[in-house]
Amino acid sequence: MQNQEQIARLKNTVQTLLDEATQQGASAAEAGLSQENGLSVSVRLGDVETIEHHCDQGLGITVYFGQRKGSASTTDLSAESIKETVSAACSIARYTSADDYAGLPEPALLQTEFPDLDLYHPWSVTADQAIALALTCEDAARAYHAEISNSEGATVNTHQGIRVLGNTLGFLHGYASTRHSLSCSVLAQRGDSMQRDYWYTVARNADFMEDALAVGNKAAERTLRRLDARSLSTRQCPVLYSAEIATSLLGSLIGAVSGGNLYRKSSFLLDALDTPIFPEFIHIYEQPYLLGALGSAAYDGEGVATQTRDIVSDGVLRSYVLSTYSARKLGLHSTGNAGGVHNLTITPGQQDFEALLKQLDTGLLVTELMGQGVNMVTGDYSRGAAGFWVERGVIQYPVEEITIAGNLRDMFKHIVAVGNDVDYRGNVRTGSILVERMSIAGE
Amino acid sequence: MELLNLARLAILIPAGIQDSAIENIMGCLLSSPVDAADIYFQSTHSESWVMEGGIIKEGSHNIEQGAGVRAVSGEKTGFAYSDRIELPVLLEAANNVKAILRQGQDAQVGLVHVGNPVRYYPVVNPLKSLADQQKIELLQRVDSETRKLDSRIEEVIVSLVGVHEHILVANQDGTLAADVRPLVRMNVSVIVVENGRREQGSMGGGGRTDYRYFLENDRALDFGREAVRQALVNLDAGEAPAGNMTVVLGPGWPGILLHEAIGHGLEGDFNRKGTSAFSGRVGERVASDLCTVVDDGTLPGRRGSLSIDDEGTPTEQTVLIEKGILKGYMQDKLNARLMGVKPTGNGRRESYASLPMPRMTNTYMLPGSHDPEEIIKSVKKGLYAKNFAGGQVDITSGKFVFSASEAYLIEDGKITRPVRGATLIGNGPDVLTKVSMVGNDLELDSGVGTCGKDGQSVPVGVGQPTLKIDGLTVGGTSV
Repeated sequence: MQNQEQIARLKNTVQTLLDEATQQGASAAEAGLSQENGLSVSVRLGDVETIEHHCDQGLGITVYFGQRKGSASTTDLSAESIKETVSAACSIARYTSADDYAGLPEPALLQTEFPDLDLYHPWSVTADQAIALALTCEDAARAYHAEISNSEGATVNTHQGIRVLGNTLGFLHGYASTRHSLSCSVLAQRGDSMQRDYWYTVARNADFMEDALAVGNKAAERTLRRLDARSLSTRQCPVLYSAEIATSLLGSLIGAVSGGNLYRKSSFLLDALDTPIFPEFIHIYEQPYLLGALGSAAYDGEGVATQTRDIVSDGVLRSYVLSTYSARKLGLHSTGNAGGVHNLTITPGQQDFEALLKQLDTGLLVTELMGQGVNMVTGDYSRGAAGFWVERGVIQYPVEEITIAGNLRDMFKHIVAVGNDVDYRGNVRTGSILVERMSIAGE
Repeated sequence: MELLNLARLAILIPAGIQDSAIENIMGCLLSSPVDAADIYFQSTHSESWVMEGGIIKEGSHNIEQGAGVRAVSGEKTGFAYSDRIELPVLLEAANNVKAILRQGQDAQVGLVHVGNPVRYYPVVNPLKSLADQQKIELLQRVDSETRKLDSRIEEVIVSLVGVHEHILVANQDGTLAADVRPLVRMNVSVIVVENGRREQGSMGGGGRTDYRYFLENDRALDFGREAVRQALVNLDAGEAPAGNMTVVLGPGWPGILLHEAIGHGLEGDFNRKGTSAFSGRVGERVASDLCTVVDDGTLPGRRGSLSIDDEGTPTEQTVLIEKGILKGYMQDKLNARLMGVKPTGNGRRESYASLPMPRMTNTYMLPGSHDPEEIIKSVKKGLYAKNFAGGQVDITSGKFVFSASEAYLIEDGKITRPVRGATLIGNGPDVLTKVSMVGNDLELDSGVGTCGKDGQSVPVGVGQPTLKIDGLTVGGTSV
């Protein structure tokens, strides 16, 4: 209830911004406003380390004078500041060039239905309760094994916020959402080998967070299994990306098929639409309307309706990922992806993680990637990695200080399996992914 | 004018905050027994312009302002912030913050003004250093001159960013310190195409100065030339080698090696907590005796420089490694106090909305005695890496990566052919022990670095002379 009043108030502010823009001569405008607050507590070695109270707000406006565009933003929401921010945007539009492709979305694409996506579940946790939860988690991790030697602590975060978006085509909508998380990071030592790892859980609804003991135990287990890691000799072998890092492969795909990189011709998948870029069994799609999911949204950053749609089916690239501007540059229509994709999902295969290890047979299981190392223009891929050496489907020993390299175009084509061990924590949902062959560099 | 007055004018006066209000808030914070407390006020105006496809495509103007209130007792920190700089809001923040501490009586605080710190950059507003029309003309000139350089250029993107920041920090001892920080950056990136093959190149620079910096000696045009040169080199690049080999790193920006391999591991927080591979190793050998590495916030006009850090501590040159021996860590106030050492002016925060932590400023290695050519000549077979993209480190295991964007094979003492970008991976605590030659050609980077830690980004600088490392893993595809 209180929420609805606040949303209404913020919608008024956005409308004021848009009116001010029109008054200052803009032919069109788009404005967004967000207000967020939260609490974050961390504990370390059994005691409170920090308590942080968050309170953020900000507004941004883009104005159009014909085909010229200017933007401005501020954290100050006072009436005076609103005027100044609009003037700043208008002043910038005097200097930018007329761009044939600039402008608000096509009105027909704007969202008109606003289903409740179940994104708002405030958590009435007090600082003391949050501390107790973090302590439970960290205690579990520290008690897990004698070799757990130190801790970076455990952190509980809870955030709630409201976002409102409006434009001069009459779109004006706002919604509230929440996000809660618990994370834990510990160290283990055996002789000279010191390692660190972590685990976390995140959800819109605190009831769906993983249990604090489980998070602590997992953090400890992941840390311990890295002890006594060694390098590998340089070789080629199959590579299994564990689910929590396999998301980065889909991230690279989205980078390569997003409008910005395509119209700038800085993608290794130029002109790949309607051609096979994966093996036939791969199916990748967006699910913006999943209830309570982290990536759900009925409209994108421009108010364009999001769609449940295929990006890849039968291994063929079916659609790009476009905002209004990039779509126009490519002679296409927005796909509702200004600001990114929504719950990107790759259809899980039949195999669980153990079965994938068996299929890998002898090769590398990667559980951590380091550095950027991805060239979007050429698809060249070379990243630092850590994980486990596997022989005949059985994990042998942890490895580190190696790189894995290839070209994304080849890597995509040579995916041989996707597991059913899906990591649901983020906006990209995938199981573990097995790539037939990559180059490993090591000692 | 005094920096403090400038900061008051920019942040406090528009908000109607008097010194007595700061005394009130501090008094509220200090009503509990604290080891430290501060109030950090910030007002930042920034702008960015982008030229792409031959037109001025985007421009934006941004204002970020607010205040953060912190109290520290032992290892416990309470923190709250607001983008509303208003007394009642900040008093509420102070009350929230001290909930972490035991209650006591309201305290009296009198503010003490610290004089101007030594300044390492001018008091200028970069945003006003050129008229908007002149900024546009600068971008257009860089764009058109760059496009003329080669017929294989397909796209040129030029961006210009300026930041004008005022900060004012009040500490529990009543000291008030302020700084006015300019920062500019320009970047040119190009795409070139030949026979269907597509490559990119990118170059930029800047520092704590204003936009006129880019006009001096036509510096901005050099960025375009360099971006095109890199892109064209990459058109001819073959597969990168894979495996452990001798690596020669060029001078300047490849100093990102030092930032990742040892810099982060020498930040005070990790060492106080014992989570760094360098923890407890002061006085030990961590590099060959050719290596002396410093972190220096006092270099005039550099991107990573600060007159005072975000806790009001004057910056300094901190010796991290001297002739191979680990000398000390980079400290903020909290970690310095808990470790019983002096703060080194490395307490930095992304903004009022984040807590300060020990961070690098400009990190570089002092020059050695070798001629760079002599270094190349000494390598039978190896890799010469001249330019890098980003890097990352796991401070606990010590493993670090950094990705070459321009590299060549060295064969029989000669640089022969270019190879594709590849990630290099090594172990921080021993990579510098393998440094066998250090060049006499120290260079600092051109002013493009941004460092991320715990989600907070801050501008930094790096630098080094040409270095020879006897054995680093190169992550190519040519096995």
